[in-house]
Amino acid sequence: MEFLVQPRPRTEAAGPRARLSDLRVGERGAVVGIAPGCRQMERRRLQDLGVLPGTVIEAEFASPSLDPVAYRIRGALIALRREQAAHILIDREEGAHAP
Amino acid sequence: MRPRPRACEQCPVHQATDISKLGVDMHRWDYLVALGGNPNTGKSTVFNALTGLRQHTGNWPGKTVAKAEGGYEFGGHRYKLVDLPGTYSLLATTVDEEIARDFILSGQPDVTVIVVDATRLERNLNLVLQVQEITGRVVVCLNLMDEARRHGLSVDDRQLARDLGVPVVPIVARSEAGLDRLIATIAEVASGKLVHRPQRIAGPESQGNMETAVRIDPRTDGNQRAQSVEATYVEAARIAARAVRQSDARPRFDLDRAIDRVVTSRVWGFPIMLLLLAGVFWVTITGANVPSRLLGSFLLDTVHPWLREAAADLGVAAWLRGVLIDGMYLATAWVVSVMLPPMAIFFPLFTLLEDFGYLPRVAFNLDSLFKQAGAHGKQALTMAMGFGCNAAGVISTRIIDSPRERLIAILTNNFALCNGRWPTQILIATIFIGALVPTRLAGAASALAVVAVAVLGVALTFAASWGLSRTVLRGEVSAFSLELPPYRPPRVMKTLYRSVVDRTVYVLWRAVVFALPAGAVIWIVANLQISGASLAERLIDLLNPVGLLLGLNGVILLAFAAAIPANEIVIPTVLMLTALAGGLSGVGAGAGVIFQLESGAGTLAILRAGGWTLLTGINVMLLSLLHNPCSTTIATIYKETGSKRWALVSVVLPLGIGLLLTGLVAQLWRLVAA
Repeated sequence: MEFLVQPRPRTEAAGPRARLSDLRVGERGAVVGIAPGCRQMERRRLQDLGVLPGTVIEAEFASPSLDPVAYRIRGALIALRREQAAHILIDREEGAHAP
Repeated sequence: MRPRPRACEQCPVHQATDISKLGVDMHRWDYLVALGGNPNTGKSTVFNALTGLRQHTGNWPGKTVAKAEGGYEFGGHRYKLVDLPGTYSLLATTVDEEIARDFILSGQPDVTVIVVDATRLERNLNLVLQVQEITGRVVVCLNLMDEARRHGLSVDDRQLARDLGVPVVPIVARSEAGLDRLIATIAEVASGKLVHRPQRIAGPESQGNMETAVRIDPRTDGNQRAQSVEATYVEAARIAARAVRQSDARPRFDLDRAIDRVVTSRVWGFPIMLLLLAGVFWVTITGANVPSRLLGSFLLDTVHPWLREAAADLGVAAWLRGVLIDGMYLATAWVVSVMLPPMAIFFPLFTLLEDFGYLPRVAFNLDSLFKQAGAHGKQALTMAMGFGCNAAGVISTRIIDSPRERLIAILTNNFALCNGRWPTQILIATIFIGALVPTRLAGAASALAVVAVAVLGVALTFAASWGLSRTVLRGEVSAFSLELPPYRPPRVMKTLYRSVVDRTVYVLWRAVVFALPAGAVIWIVANLQISGASLAERLIDLLNPVGLLLGLNGVILLAFAAAIPANEIVIPTVLMLTALAGGLSGVGAGAGVIFQLESGAGTLAILRAGGWTLLTGINVMLLSLLHNPCSTTIATIYKETGSKRWALVSVVLPLGIGLLLTGLVAQLWRLVAA
């Protein structure tokens, strides 16, 4: 068993924010950061998909059981489960631009 | 004086028609070319077009799962092309990404071609920029230009080339438009004719970060990694914004969105899915009937007697004739005639749905069910694949990027009733279940019974996944992300042709490798005499007590054991052994010669003579669903997991459940009947 100890990144210790999972279908939000609880592979995967501060994400449609939800992230349609979307902190907004 | 060649003839573009595809023939080469890119950007299509190989392609992120190699010759030089697995990033998180990263880093390709999806330029450029940190010899292949136009996007490839500092070639890989220019450009970069200055991320700090992050173990420093990913994305966004023009903010009618609204809706999502799946099975089963019968009558009724006569005329010893022709040839011919038609129909249909882009939506719809079982939504796809062939299903689990969930998908794949077992189910259901109801309902009743068995298999897939994820494979549910690719019109003729060829080759290979020895064993077991009785009869006597306790008999258990290499020959083996053990005369063609009868009544008569009841029929259907995977699948599981232990689990798990369930049904049956 390998253990890895990592300091929590300070920059992301933000106050209460909206989470991506709070978005209803059709709503958009700009990413503020990824919650510190999301680590390792899961965090890296989200970064690789373009989930970075400033990225505007739109909730496009939900699956029949409402979870997962398909999000439009930098032009691609990516389905995320509720727990993962809950790791992504956002500012709800309309018409923001990706950097 | 010889006329000097004109400039045009020296230009590589002029020679574009000179390409000769070398397939896998590349024992020596002049240039090594790596082919990389995001998942689902058409890399495999480019690879196939260049090499003339038939690497399986599909509209499904993560199709290329190990690196494929091929070659082509152009302008007098030989190029070896390595198709890397699709990756979002070089900062590897998965095995596939590690393969890609390691190859670009240490394989030292002369040219690295990055296939880029023109409709998702920003995210794709992220990878291009990362590659450019490692190597300057990059060609960007801007694919899916047709799709971009359809979505109202115009991509300025010249602007892009200026900003990236490397050649950019726009292509439409599916129709092979622009490939000649791609080949010529690769040649120019490989030979060093084209020198370029790749754009690197601004600032010495971030470049250092990237190189460190790419070269060292990616687990080391999350913070640094995040910074470099961010810097790269900022740059990618800037470059993409300069190169892409969107004609309107959003097209008035978005077809993809409209389709998605329907196929993932609460009302229509599941009915459409079930309808399509039922349609695929129906077409497979009814469509396979006629070709199966034709193949059977040719291979079994025409070629087999002819071979027997020919061998007898040649004076081949009787025992050798038996082993070779009645044993090995017959089993092989059987597997081919039973398995080839359904495989050649099922997989092309499946591939068409895949090509269109529907399959990832199935995973999307079913994910919540799999999530409750502790599994991954993509297991829906590997399970569906398993309905065709479990070995193919096990291989397809490579699309699941988390190891724990992948192992669950591998170990439970055998619960999906494969093509090799459908015929057994249908035959037994027809003669035992169909006979219970009036004739006009017989067809429906037996179909329903087969569906019930298949549904039981699906239910057990969930149950076993749930059980595994809470016991031996306990662990946190890994990250789930599923890309839903844009819909693409499927290429019907190409898919049909390739699928049929691929499946034919596969079935023939499997028949030769696994059915040949099985046929020999079956014949020998039936003919080897040990003090007055054949080995088969001795084994049947030995197995009978256990068999009867389970509501089966010794013949059935022996047939299932002998048919481990190929499930398709269970019923013919049962019939042969029943005739042998019961001393029935007038049926079949002697000890060790497996057979099947045209008429259900004739089959029923033999089975009744062998002591079969309705309970036996039901339990054979259950055991056919719930026993060890065939040896092809076991071998595949061993190869994919690299572990004898997991291969053993994959055998014991379904077999244990099968023996338990048949025993339970038999006890209940006897209680009720008594």
